[in-house]
Amino acid sequence: MTPRYLGRRVGTFLLTILVASTLNFALSRLTPQDPIAALLGRMASRGRTVENGAEIVSLYRERLGLNDPLPQQYLNYLSDLLRGDLGYSLSFFPIKAEAVILRALPWTIGLLTVATLLAFLAGNLLGALAVWPRVPGGFRWLVYLSMPFSAIPYYLLALILVYLFALNWPLFPLGGSFTTGSGRGLDLATLGDLLHHAALPVLSVVLAALGFWALSMRGIMATVLGDDYLIYARARGLRSRRIFTHYAMRNAMLPQVTALAIDFGRLISGQVLVEIIFNYPGVGWVLYNALRAADFFVIQGVTLFMVFAVAVATLILDLVYPLLDPRIRY
Amino acid sequence: MLKIRRLRRFLTPVMTLGLALLALVLVPGLLGQFVADPDQMRLMAGGINAPPTRDHPLGTQNEGRDLLTYILKGMPNTLLIGLVGGGSAVLLGTVLGMLAGYVGGSLDGLVRNTVDIGLTIPPLAILIMIAASFSIVTPLMMGLVIALTSWMHPTRVIRSQVLSLREREFVLLLRLSGASPLHIVFRELMPNLIPFLAATFVNAVATAILASIGLEVLGLGSFQTPTLGNLIYFAIIGNAMWLGLWWWWLPPIVIFIILFMGLFFVSTALDTLANPRLEQG
Repeated sequence: MTPRYLGRRVGTFLLTILVASTLNFALSRLTPQDPIAALLGRMASRGRTVENGAEIVSLYRERLGLNDPLPQQYLNYLSDLLRGDLGYSLSFFPIKAEAVILRALPWTIGLLTVATLLAFLAGNLLGALAVWPRVPGGFRWLVYLSMPFSAIPYYLLALILVYLFALNWPLFPLGGSFTTGSGRGLDLATLGDLLHHAALPVLSVVLAALGFWALSMRGIMATVLGDDYLIYARARGLRSRRIFTHYAMRNAMLPQVTALAIDFGRLISGQVLVEIIFNYPGVGWVLYNALRAADFFVIQGVTLFMVFAVAVATLILDLVYPLLDPRIRY
Repeated sequence: MLKIRRLRRFLTPVMTLGLALLALVLVPGLLGQFVADPDQMRLMAGGINAPPTRDHPLGTQNEGRDLLTYILKGMPNTLLIGLVGGGSAVLLGTVLGMLAGYVGGSLDGLVRNTVDIGLTIPPLAILIMIAASFSIVTPLMMGLVIALTSWMHPTRVIRSQVLSLREREFVLLLRLSGASPLHIVFRELMPNLIPFLAATFVNAVATAILASIGLEVLGLGSFQTPTLGNLIYFAIIGNAMWLGLWWWWLPPIVIFIILFMGLFFVSTALDTLANPRLEQG
């Protein structure tokens, strides 16, 4: 890897972040809706009396720096971002927006990492076996059945799963991430409880993503099948299962790993809606509530997190990829 | 005879299945609005959360609006968002992709870098930023805003197709005989890409509808206009599922599943038409 490639790649990364944050700033300043006025409106609608409304508005505006000239605001905004300061949450006022998001982040990462990995493993295995010789025909049908599922958005699957397995046959809880009131120690019962709550959200994401992996793996495997090294492996008399796992799968996996890395970057932006349906206390849930409460800085923070996650994932991928595939040189 | 044979080649089983599913949604979706009685949309047109009856074949919701009417009035809007969003994204992608791919040079560099950066920014993030700052009031606006965040992918795939096409001999011949680049790109290259463009368009429509449902489920849609996504949002807000009101939340989901399956099969079939080698896989 040449230093020139490294420099260009990191440059693109920084440019992406800058473009996204500038968009974020510009769009929020163009809005006709004043976040502070929205906050007061919400307080009033909750029946709280807002005395000295005008005074409070000016106090907040002062504190949030909304009275400075725009270029000054932009510079302040960028320097705040660099220090990881996303501003105050208007709903939980003294708490910072980044604290609200960071508190929710482990739930999202936990839930969606498991779901993404499960879908990846199952989907690739299905897709690879679908074109492998001497696999029973019934199995092939399973793959074809899984494909149309990839066309259905996961949140619609989630709604159907809630109805079937939480309401109609109450096998799983309706929502939440753990049973309230139970102590949160590190024992098997707690773990079981967490898994019980995560099962349906995970299943909806897995079902929707399975077909995508199976479809692309099937295509890659079909081209790998004709490669010389497989013929050679067979000629050497290796067992079919060993050829499948150590030779065919291993080579076909490479492009899939790329897609997986990007998928990890999309953890936050890709599947957050599932948390709304299951009341799961992750970033998606935070976003949903922030949108309903017009909690300006939290909304801005979540969208920046989405951009940041994808940018970091693609950067890491581009830097690590030459190590995974020695044929690629930059 | 030639026409029939071409039609046969076009109507593969997958294509037929996809078109049939699409027709199942599109025919009532486009014609139903003329049959629907707007009076049934108003508050308290029927009882509250009433199950299906003869007067209200799909029941009513928590404000007493007739749900069948809401769906018939909402479907054209949802389809409009998909067509405007997918259509403008592909239009922009075709023009940019073709020019960048054929002309090359600094124009290509500019388009390629913009697309590369744009593709790493998740569309949902931009859509939320836009929708949270401005209120989106019409389906047309929603479609255009979605197109703003989804033209990059069509641009990239069309550009790469043009890059491979422009090295063919017939293009060289045209260039030697003095045809203008615009003529070559839009009159000679474009017809070769029609099946490919059609597949891209179908995918873009699905993407646009998906994005619009996402925004609407988050509560960022325009609530003045009925759409299927808004229907789902209100069903979630109104606890339809928890109250056992299946006639409220289930129909829009079933319609979406049929629609997305139809689009999926049609785009798969178009893909095989555009690239016959896929069939062997």
